[in-house]
Amino acid sequence: MSRRPFQLDPRLLVSGRVLSALDWRHGAALLVMFAASLTFASAQSAAAPPATPSALATLATWTPHILRGFVLNLVMSFLAMALATVLGIGLGLMQISPSRLLRLPARFFTLLLRNSPWLVILFAIMYFLPIEIRIPGGKPIEFPDWLKATLAFSLPVAGNVSEILRGAVNSIPTGQWESADGLAFTRAQTLRWIILPQCIRRAIPPWMNWYALLTLSTPMASIFSVHEAVWNAQSSMEAAGARPELLLPFYLFLLCLFFIYIYPIAICTRKLERKYAVAT
Amino acid sequence: MLLPPEPSVTEHRSWPDESPIVSLKDVHKSFGSFEVLRGVSMDVRKGEIVCIIGPSGSGKSTLIRCINGLTPIHQGSITVEGQEVNDAKLDKLSLRRKVGIVFQQYNLFPHKTVLENVMMAPLKVLREPKAEVEARARALIAKVRLTGKEDAYPGQLSGGQQQRVAIARSLAMRPDVMLFDEVTAALDPETVKEVLVTIKELATEGMTCILVTHEMGFAREVADHVYFTDRGVIVEHGSPAQIFGAAQDPRTRQFLSQIL
Amino acid sequence: MLELISPLFRELYDRTGLNFTVFYERYEYDRFVGGASVSLQLIFWSLLLSLIIGVLGAWSQNSQSRALRICADAYIQVFRNTPPMIQLLFFYFGLGAFTPAFDMGGYSQPIISAFGWAVLSLGIFGGAFNVEIFRSGLEAVPASTLEAAESLCFTRWQTYIYVSLPLAFRISLPALTNNLVSLAKTTSLAYVISVPEMTYVLNQVWSDNVNVPEMMWVLFLFYVGVITLLSYGLHALERRLALPGYGR
Repeated sequence: MSRRPFQLDPRLLVSGRVLSALDWRHGAALLVMFAASLTFASAQSAAAPPATPSALATLATWTPHILRGFVLNLVMSFLAMALATVLGIGLGLMQISPSRLLRLPARFFTLLLRNSPWLVILFAIMYFLPIEIRIPGGKPIEFPDWLKATLAFSLPVAGNVSEILRGAVNSIPTGQWESADGLAFTRAQTLRWIILPQCIRRAIPPWMNWYALLTLSTPMASIFSVHEAVWNAQSSMEAAGARPELLLPFYLFLLCLFFIYIYPIAICTRKLERKYAVAT
Repeated sequence: MLLPPEPSVTEHRSWPDESPIVSLKDVHKSFGSFEVLRGVSMDVRKGEIVCIIGPSGSGKSTLIRCINGLTPIHQGSITVEGQEVNDAKLDKLSLRRKVGIVFQQYNLFPHKTVLENVMMAPLKVLREPKAEVEARARALIAKVRLTGKEDAYPGQLSGGQQQRVAIARSLAMRPDVMLFDEVTAALDPETVKEVLVTIKELATEGMTCILVTHEMGFAREVADHVYFTDRGVIVEHGSPAQIFGAAQDPRTRQFLSQIL
Repeated sequence: MLELISPLFRELYDRTGLNFTVFYERYEYDRFVGGASVSLQLIFWSLLLSLIIGVLGAWSQNSQSRALRICADAYIQVFRNTPPMIQLLFFYFGLGAFTPAFDMGGYSQPIISAFGWAVLSLGIFGGAFNVEIFRSGLEAVPASTLEAAESLCFTRWQTYIYVSLPLAFRISLPALTNNLVSLAKTTSLAYVISVPEMTYVLNQVWSDNVNVPEMMWVLFLFYVGVITLLSYGLHALERRLALPGYGR
C-alpha cells in the first residue's frame, strides 16, 4: 500500500494494528477483571453475617432483571438509530440543496445538534416534550419517558448522519455531476441514480460507528428512571441491601454486557472501513 | 559584498594521509536468507573520492549504510579511522560524528526551517554554543548557494534545494567522511546539476567522499576510484579511465554498455 | 459584573416573566459562576490527562515488550467499547468504595473527590481514543526521517522528543481536535456522580426556582460557547502548526 509521508492514514486510524487473532484478549481482560471482582466481593461477603448471600449469588438472582433492562437499551438504540437516519438524511439533503432557504437552517441545526452535549439534549427533550400529544379529534398519543429518551438520543446522531451525507456527497468528483448533466438528468435524478448510490458505501462504516456510540449513550436514560440496564442494576443493588461490595461486580457486569454487544460491531465496522478504504 | 568565512569542512582531526580512513574487509550481510553483501573489501584514503556503481539491487546502498552503522553486518570488519564499526562497545555517536550521510529522499525535518534543520544536531547533540553554531550554519547554507532560504521550510523548496540543505545539515557536524546514497536519483533532471556542483566543490576541498551514483559522467569526471558491484560482490575496481575505458570483466562491460 | 447586568435581567423578569435568576440574584449568580468554573476545570484536566495517556499509550503500543503492547490494546478496546457513563459510575462507586478515606475532624473525606474521579474516568475514556490517534500519527512519520536523525547522532530519546513527537502531534492534530471536542462535551456526564459542574448546578437552580426553559437556554449557550471556543482555538493551532508545503 502506498502511504503519503506526514499525512494521517485514515486506515491506520480506524483499523489499528489489532490482529483478528488478538481480538478475544481484550474481552478476556474485562472478563478476568469481572471474575476477580466477583471473587473479591464474595470473599468480603464471607466475612459478613452468615445469612447474607454471596455477591455472586446476588448477581445471579438479579441477572434476568438486568438483562430485561438491557433489552430496553437495545430497543431504544434500534428505534433511535432508525429515527436518526431518517432525520439525518432529511437534514443532509437540505444541507446540499441549492436553495439557501433550505441550506442555511439545515446547516444551523446540524451544527447545533453536533455541538451540544448529549446529556443537555436529553434534559431539554425530557422537560419540554409533553407527556402526551392530543391530535384534535383523535385519541391522545402518549409519550412514555423511554420514548422521549429515544428521541433525545436520535437527535445528536441525526446531526452527525446529516454531516456524513454532506461529506460523502461532496467527496464524489464533480465530473459525475457534469456527465449526468450531459445526459440530461435532472438534479433529483442525478442524486437518486448516480450520486447517492456511490455515497452509501462510504457512509456505512461511519453510520455503524454512530450506532455504537448511540448504544453506549442509552444508559443516560437511567437518570430519568427509565427502567433500562443501569437503572435495573441500581435498583437490584438497592433491593439486595445496598451492600458496598456489590457495586464493583454489578457495574463490571454492566460494562461486560455492553462490551459483548458493541465489540463485534466495532470489529465489523473496522473490517468494512479497511475494505472500502483499500477499494477506493 | 563581504563573503562569509569559508567553513572549515576540510579540517580533519589528525588522521595520517597514508593509511585508509575507511576500510572494509570481507563484509557479509543478509536480509533473511537473501545475501546482499557477499564478501566486500575496499579501502578509502583520506581526501579520496570513491564512486560505487552497479545495477540496482547489487547491494550498493546497503554497503554505504553499513559504513556508518545504520545497517549492522554479519561477518567481516569495517573500520573508520581505525575504529571498528561493528564493535558492540563502540560509541555509535562518536562514529557518526565522523561519518555524515545524505539520503536519496533528503529526509529533512519538515517542521523545522532550513536554518533550524542545519543547526539542530550541533545544538542538541554536540551542545555547542548557539552563536557559533548559527554562524557556521549560515556559512554552510551560503556554501550550498541557498542564502535567503534560511527561514523557508523544506516543504516549500524544490527537490534539489532540499538535497543541498541535507548536505549542509550533514556538514554542520563537521564529519571527516561524507557518504552520498544515490542523492540525485529522486531529483528532476534540471536540479541534478546544482547538487552535483555542490558535491564537486566539496571534493575539490579535500573532503573524503563515498558516493553511490547512477551519474556516470559525474563519476568519470570527479572520482579517484570507481568500484563496480554486482550481486553483492565487487566485480572490479580501478581509476575511472580503467573502468570506463577498459573494463576487464564482461559484467562491467555489459552494465556500462546498457547505461552509457 | 453582577451589578452591571442584574437591573437588566430583573427588568426582563418583571416585564416578560423570563426568570434568569442566575443573572440577578447574588446567591444564584455565585452558583452559576461556581458551576462554570468547575466545568472549565473539569474540561481542562480531563483533556490534559487524556493527552498524557495518549502519548504514553502510543509509546507503549510501539514498545518492544509484547505484554505492554497487549495491555495497551486491551485498554483501548475496553474503554472505547463501553458506555462512558457506566465507566464513571464504576470508578466513583465501584472503585471509590475501596479507596481509603481519612478523618477530617467529624466527617470522613475520601482521598479522591467526585471531581477527582470524574477527571480520572473521563481522562481514561478520552485517552483510549487519543492513543490510537497518536499512534497513527507516529506511524505516519517516515522511517527514513528517523534514520536521518539517527545518522545525525540523535539518540533514540532525542529522536523521539525532537522529531517523532512534534511531527506526530502535528499530523494527528485534526483527528485530535475532533476527539478533544467530543470529550469536552462528554464532561457533562460528571452530573451522574454529583460533580457540581454546569449541568448539575443549573439542575439545582431550576429545581429551586422553577425556571427550566430559561436555565436550559443558559445551559445550551454555555456549552455551545465553550465548545465553539475550544474548536476555534484548536483549529487555529492546527493552521499555525501545519507543516508548510505539505497541504492536505
